[in-house]
Amino acid sequence: MTSQAPKTPWWNDRANRAILYQVAVVGLVVLAGWYLISNTLANLAARNIATGFDFLTREAGFAIGETPIDFDPADSYAKALLIGLLNTVIVAVLGVILSTLIGTIVGIARLSGNWLVARIATVYVEILRNIPVLLQLLFWYALITEALPEPGDAFQPLEGVFLSNRGLKYPTPDWGGLEWLVLAALILGIVLAFLLSRWARLRQAATGQTFPSLRLGLALILAWPLLIWLLIGAPTAFDAPMLDGFDFTGGHSVSPEFVALLTGLTLYTASFIAEIVRSGILAVAPGQTEAALALGLKRGQVLRLVVMPQALRVIIPPLTSQFLNLTKNSSLAVAIGYPDLVSVGNTTINQTGQAIEGVAILMAVYLIVSLAISAFMNWYDKKTALVSR
Amino acid sequence: MSDNASHAPKTASEIASHVEEPSQAELHTHRRNAFAALGWARENLFSSIPNTILTILSVTLLVWAVPPLLDWMLLKATFLSEDPAACREAGGACWSFVTVKHRFILFGLYPYDEHWRPLLAMGLFIAALAVSCDSRFWNKRILYVWALALPLCGLLMWGGWFGLTFVPNDKWGGLPLTLILATLGIVLAFPLSVLLALGRRSDMPAIRAICVGYIETVRGVPLVSVLFMASIMFPLFLPEGVTIDKLLRAQLGIMLFTAAYLAEAVRGGLQALPKGQYEAADALGLSYWQKTRLIILPQALRLVIPPIVNQFISCFKDTSLVIIIGLYDLLTTAKTALADPSWRAFYVESYVFAALIYFLFCFFMSRYSQYLERRLNAGLKR
Repeated sequence: MTSQAPKTPWWNDRANRAILYQVAVVGLVVLAGWYLISNTLANLAARNIATGFDFLTREAGFAIGETPIDFDPADSYAKALLIGLLNTVIVAVLGVILSTLIGTIVGIARLSGNWLVARIATVYVEILRNIPVLLQLLFWYALITEALPEPGDAFQPLEGVFLSNRGLKYPTPDWGGLEWLVLAALILGIVLAFLLSRWARLRQAATGQTFPSLRLGLALILAWPLLIWLLIGAPTAFDAPMLDGFDFTGGHSVSPEFVALLTGLTLYTASFIAEIVRSGILAVAPGQTEAALALGLKRGQVLRLVVMPQALRVIIPPLTSQFLNLTKNSSLAVAIGYPDLVSVGNTTINQTGQAIEGVAILMAVYLIVSLAISAFMNWYDKKTALVSR
Repeated sequence: MSDNASHAPKTASEIASHVEEPSQAELHTHRRNAFAALGWARENLFSSIPNTILTILSVTLLVWAVPPLLDWMLLKATFLSEDPAACREAGGACWSFVTVKHRFILFGLYPYDEHWRPLLAMGLFIAALAVSCDSRFWNKRILYVWALALPLCGLLMWGGWFGLTFVPNDKWGGLPLTLILATLGIVLAFPLSVLLALGRRSDMPAIRAICVGYIETVRGVPLVSVLFMASIMFPLFLPEGVTIDKLLRAQLGIMLFTAAYLAEAVRGGLQALPKGQYEAADALGLSYWQKTRLIILPQALRLVIPPIVNQFISCFKDTSLVIIIGLYDLLTTAKTALADPSWRAFYVESYVFAALIYFLFCFFMSRYSQYLERRLNAGLKR
């Protein structure tokens, strides 16, 4: 016969309230979205702008400066955008590799016992990471296009390699269509050398027997393509760039835009990666280094075998976001005229007037690329994570 | 070791002042310090063969790079001449480019005679930023400071009152514009980012989904595409007949972009709070908003001040991207100043000048954020 506690009214119940709030917020978001979309549709109708993605199959009608695969102005917008994406991917992949290399070296150099080396690395990091990357890109681009000589007096660091304000020209082998065989052999050699060193490491871990994997790997990488080259008759013909009027013909070329973009992005991102590497190394307990030194390992071995594997676990998450930043920053190519995805997308938007679809495609592609990179790095992170026994 | 090394120059000057009659004891200290300096060099530069090679390489690099650089920057440079031909003759850096063009680079298209106004507004802005760095102002007072500074800056920049001529904001440019875009970007993004961070940690799935969706989408796309969206698509979003200013569009774009990154920083602070704080607040019978306002945010936001400063630095650098949608920020003015055919060749000077300004701001802010981190960590370690 206890007295009935006053019942909580339903709107004061926590669960009911949560539902209420969520319905309200979702309703607001939907309402705002609907308002924007209806405005947009009205505006598009008023301006006679078509909607939908039909424009992708239409003829693009503009030429692209750099095309990793063949492209003709008569091809479709979809193909133009694909070329843009490929250009973005090329810059991003090269940039990631180079900036990781430079960043790691500079990061280790900042911790060097050598006073001078540490100072130079510090100056590099402090200057480059405190200046906007776009300014650096414009600077490199201006430097390449203005300070380098005309093709007529191009620098020639190596026989057949020309550096001028039209970019870098270099000879390509012209071996009667069989160049790809040597290239394939080289790639195969690298893959085999990698597998060999892996097998040797596993065998050493299991049995303690060492194997000269370095020497054999180098032989695989160098001698095996050489053998193929001899087999196809040791051709020596080169398609070398030749000065013809005001520009070069023949050979292969890298445009000034590409060089400026890659240089700027790489040096800028490397300054951040250097800081990440440095803090990762500092995060490894000093006892680890001391213990490794006490075991008689050399400084380089300590770094390679003891410190780096542990530092990597700290380094990888922020490194991932730097890779993502580099990929996203490659969109700044539009400012110096390298035909990346944004640049091609911008031209497409200007020509078709279909801004919404254009921006949506750009955003969707970058989202997918970003998600792909983080998925890959998460996988790698899991792989290197500490296995607790 | 380095302690001894720092003694060496002091003793050298002592020796110089007593050069007439060096006593035996002084000679002795001199010699000892010289040995110490040698010892320092041996320890830090020549400790092993690879180390010596590195030192020699670095010295070679410095000898190769520094003298020509100094030569170009100072010895052969032209500073005051207003004639580009004089620069070409001297062959070094043409700082007279900066002398001639600095007003344009700093203030853009703002009417020349009124440049004192953006200068004063900038001073106010920087003063407000400096005050915000003082931890005594990390409470309601910071709101008053900005509530006073921002309208005052607006009044100065726009004018149209008290005898000041009206300057429409499409004439604004240079450093004031960069500062406005960056600061307002952070200030306006802050409330939104707190809401997003709270939403991402909410128990309600629909709200969490919306916040996660927003944050991850924005973080996955480049700022350029957000600015494109702001500049091309915002006008389409509005009802017919309503137009939206170009500067405002860029500002909104930067704000929406920054909010997503800031939200992640705030979330870090929320997660760093011990769970007991949440539980204790619940046990006191506080409602969600009371708990958040009185217990959680005051502690969490203190923790995230260093990441917020870092976000401000990257926002400051990122505002340079508005060049792509045609606003006259510091980078655009530095680039546009080169359009003058007689000064075209001096792009390095122009970019170095702009870079120096960006560098000074970013460098001091990053030092400040490092100092804060050390201070906050010192508090936690005790």
